[in-house]
Amino acid sequence: MSWEFIRTYLPLYQEAALLTVRIGFAGIGVSIVVGLLCMLVQHYRTPVLRWIVGAYIEVSRNTPLLIQLFFIYYGLPKIGIMTDAATCGVFGLAFLGGSYMAETFRSGIESIAPIQEESAYSLGLTRFQTMRYVILPQAFSVSVPAFMANVIFLLKETSVFSAISLMDLMFTAKDLIGLYAKTTESLFLLVVFYLLILLPVSLLGRLLERRLRYAGFGS
Amino acid sequence: MPDLGLDVLLKGKNLIRLLGGLGIALKISLISVALCIPLGILLGALMTWKNPLCQMILRLYLEFIRIMPQLVLLFLVYFGTTRAFGWNLSGELSAVIVFTLWGTAEMSDLVRGALESIPVHQYESAAALGLTWPQTYRYIILPQTVRRLIPLSINLITRMIKTTSLIVMIGVVEVLKVAQQIIEANRTSSPNAAFGVYLVVFLLYFLACWPISLLAKYLERKWR
Repeated sequence: MSWEFIRTYLPLYQEAALLTVRIGFAGIGVSIVVGLLCMLVQHYRTPVLRWIVGAYIEVSRNTPLLIQLFFIYYGLPKIGIMTDAATCGVFGLAFLGGSYMAETFRSGIESIAPIQEESAYSLGLTRFQTMRYVILPQAFSVSVPAFMANVIFLLKETSVFSAISLMDLMFTAKDLIGLYAKTTESLFLLVVFYLLILLPVSLLGRLLERRLRYAGFGS
Repeated sequence: MPDLGLDVLLKGKNLIRLLGGLGIALKISLISVALCIPLGILLGALMTWKNPLCQMILRLYLEFIRIMPQLVLLFLVYFGTTRAFGWNLSGELSAVIVFTLWGTAEMSDLVRGALESIPVHQYESAAALGLTWPQTYRYIILPQTVRRLIPLSINLITRMIKTTSLIVMIGVVEVLKVAQQIIEANRTSSPNAAFGVYLVVFLLYFLACWPISLLAKYLERKWR
């Protein structure tokens, strides 16, 4: 193990880790929005849109992110839809994550007894108020464990971004292995940086899970 | 309507080659699943054993494997262990090793969850009826556990198939690599081939995974 090497290339990894984190969280943010929209469409049984959302969820859950990215990054430009690598990364991650988030939110909502929604309506709350003040807060605490699992899953999935020439951690590691044949050091840094990104998220998930376990009501 | 490059796939043996590539990915995932289900059951059962040392070791293994992206694990085995121990691993073999390790970790957690979800009174009632320990497991616990486990393990198969798409990154020639070769070879005659070929790869993966996840969903509903 050459510490000299590690010290020299640490900044490179830092930059790569920042890129991973930025694109990862941007993608997760968009996928939360996509997931919420899909969940609302399914919850209110919106005609037509419901079928589209159903098809989207099946397609996105049954294909790997790497293939989705290849199609978006190399395939779509041929019919005139151009994206740069970073946008493509965010979009791809959101395409994959949207369906996972939608399923998580949906099972959260389904765990809330229908009487909650009915009582809210009978109290004169509008549809929006019912969703905002009665359903979502309860559903949220139920879906937190699955939600955090999704976040970790999506952050892990960012490791394939090097395939669309984003200079993320995997790209940096592979590059350094190729250039200097310092395999052990490069891989050591790779593991350390992924741990630095993923461990806090995993610990946060566990903390939230414990705090919110008893926040449910009436179930 | 621009040329979408689908005709490239009908040239020569291109479609057969693409399917062959998918076959390699499927073969690797099926071998790994076949290995990781028995291993996962074993480890999962061990996890319910209240031995602090055994629990700590299994916990460490599980947490490390689950927190690392699978691609990092592939790199560790394919580049790391070959360097550290001086042996020679083919891409396919490292893929099988990594996916078996990963699948075993996932499976063992599912098994542990299923075993722990059986209420204690099931064991106690069995004991009260005078059943011996093997009888309790054979007639009471296992049938209930297996019912919960089968949909989850089928889901694991689709996750395994999706994850095997990563092996292209350690140089295994599978469906994505074949697709790239086909696109490169027809660069001049059909410049738009990337759209059609990658679309077909996308659909192939979907067709491989979708029926399996439908089956899992069906069984989950039926056995709830």
